[in-house]
Amino acid sequence: MSIRHSLLALLQDQPRYGYQLRVEFENRTGATWPLNIGQVYTTLDRLERDGLVTKEGDDGDGHVVYSITGAGKAEVKNWFAAPVERNNPPRNELAIKLALAVTLPGVDVQAIIQAQRAASMRALQDYTKARRDTTASQRSADTAWLLVLDSLIFQTEAEVRWLDLCEARMVQQAQSAGPGQARKTSNGVTEDAAPLNADSRR
Amino acid sequence: MSVQGPQQVLELAKVSRTFGEGATAVAALRDVDLTIDAGEFVAVMGPSGSGKSSLLALAGGLDRPTSGGVFVESTPLAGLGLNDLARLRRRAVGYVFQDFNLVPTLTAAENVALPLELDGTAWKRARRRALDALRQVGIPELADRFMDQMSGGQQQRVAIARAVVGQRRLILADEPTGALDSTTGQGVMEVLRARADAGAAVMLVTHEARHAAWADRVVFLRDGRIVDQAAAMHDPAMLLAQAGL
Repeated sequence: MSIRHSLLALLQDQPRYGYQLRVEFENRTGATWPLNIGQVYTTLDRLERDGLVTKEGDDGDGHVVYSITGAGKAEVKNWFAAPVERNNPPRNELAIKLALAVTLPGVDVQAIIQAQRAASMRALQDYTKARRDTTASQRSADTAWLLVLDSLIFQTEAEVRWLDLCEARMVQQAQSAGPGQARKTSNGVTEDAAPLNADSRR
Repeated sequence: MSVQGPQQVLELAKVSRTFGEGATAVAALRDVDLTIDAGEFVAVMGPSGSGKSSLLALAGGLDRPTSGGVFVESTPLAGLGLNDLARLRRRAVGYVFQDFNLVPTLTAAENVALPLELDGTAWKRARRRALDALRQVGIPELADRFMDQMSGGQQQRVAIARAVVGQRRLILADEPTGALDSTTGQGVMEVLRARADAGAAVMLVTHEARHAAWADRVVFLRDGRIVDQAAAMHDPAMLLAQAGL
C-alpha cells in the first residue's frame, strides 16, 4: 500500500498537518489500514525532500501544515492513472505454503486446505455481516468503507474458490496415481476419493 | 431418546444414509450430527457428491436415514407414517429449490396458499396468510401475478414465501440462487437472512462461498462426513487486524 501517494492525494484536497492526514485517511478507508503517526511524519519528510510537498508553516496551534507542489500534483495524477502493481503478501504466503506442502512427504495437504478454508470462510462471514450492517445504516459517509468491504469480500471469495480448486486437483491426482503412489497426499484424500465420483451431484 | 433444548428446530443424530447394497453400496452420509436452533442460519458446503442434498432430503423427511434419528421440533420423523410425515412437512418444513417448483397456472398468492389449503385451511384464511408471507419477502404487490409475469428473482421470493407460510419454522434451501444472476441471488440471501433473524431455522445447501457467508455457521461436508464448521466471529475490526491490513 502506498502511504506516500495516499497522503499526497489528501494534500491535493487541501493543506493539512500530520495528525489531520492520519484521521482523514482512516475516515475515508473505514479505518481498515490504521496509520502510525510516526509513519505519517517520516513520509511527509521524504515528500518534502523530493519536492512533492512544502511546509506552509504553523497553523497557530503549533501544527506544521503541509501543502502539495506542482510536482506533487503530477505524481498524484500518475498514481491514479497507473494500475496497482500486483503483489499480495498474505495470498502469496498461502500459495507458497501449499506449494511446499504438496512436495513434502508426510504433510496432510487436505487438512491445511480445510483449515485455511474454514478461516477464510469465517472472514467472509464477518465481512458480509459488516457489509449488511453498514448497508442497513444507510449513511452516505459509508460509501468508501463499502468499497473496501466489497474488495475484501471478493478477495476472500476468490481465495475459497482457489482452495476448492486445489483440493479438487489433489483428489484427481490421488485417483490417477492410485493408492500405492499417493504418498504426497494424506491418507484421507486417497481413501475418500472414490465416492466423489461414485455419487454424482444430485 | 434425544435430549433437545427448547429452541432446537432440527436435530440430526448419528445419521447415516447408504444407497445400494454390498460391493456397490455408496455411503452418502456417515454418522452426521447436526442441530439447528430457531433463528439460526446454517450453510452446508462441500464438493459435488459430498452428501449435501442427501442431508437436506433427510432433514425435511423427503428421505429416511439408513441409521440414526431425525427430529423436527422434537418430533422423531422415524415414528411417523407417510401421512403424518406429509402433514409435518406441510406444517413445519418449507423447501426452496433451485428451479423454484412453482405452479405456473396459479398466481403468486395461490402458490403460497397451496400448502395451507392442502392441509385443510379455508381459502380466505389461507390467502390472508399467503399475503402476509409475500409481505415478509418484500413482494406484496405481486400477489396476483402469474409466474410468467415475474422475474426469476421474484419467483424465488414467492418460493421462499411458500416455504415460510403458516407456522413453519424450518426452511430448507437447496442451491436457491443457482438459476439467478449474482445481484438477484444476493436479494434471495437477504430474504433468507431476514427469515432467520425473524426466528426461522434455515439450512442452506450451496457451493458458493459468498452465499454461505450470510450464514451464522458454515458446515463443511466431505464424503458424507462433517469435517469442519466455521462460525462468524462478528468482529470485523479484529479480523482486519489479523489479515494484516
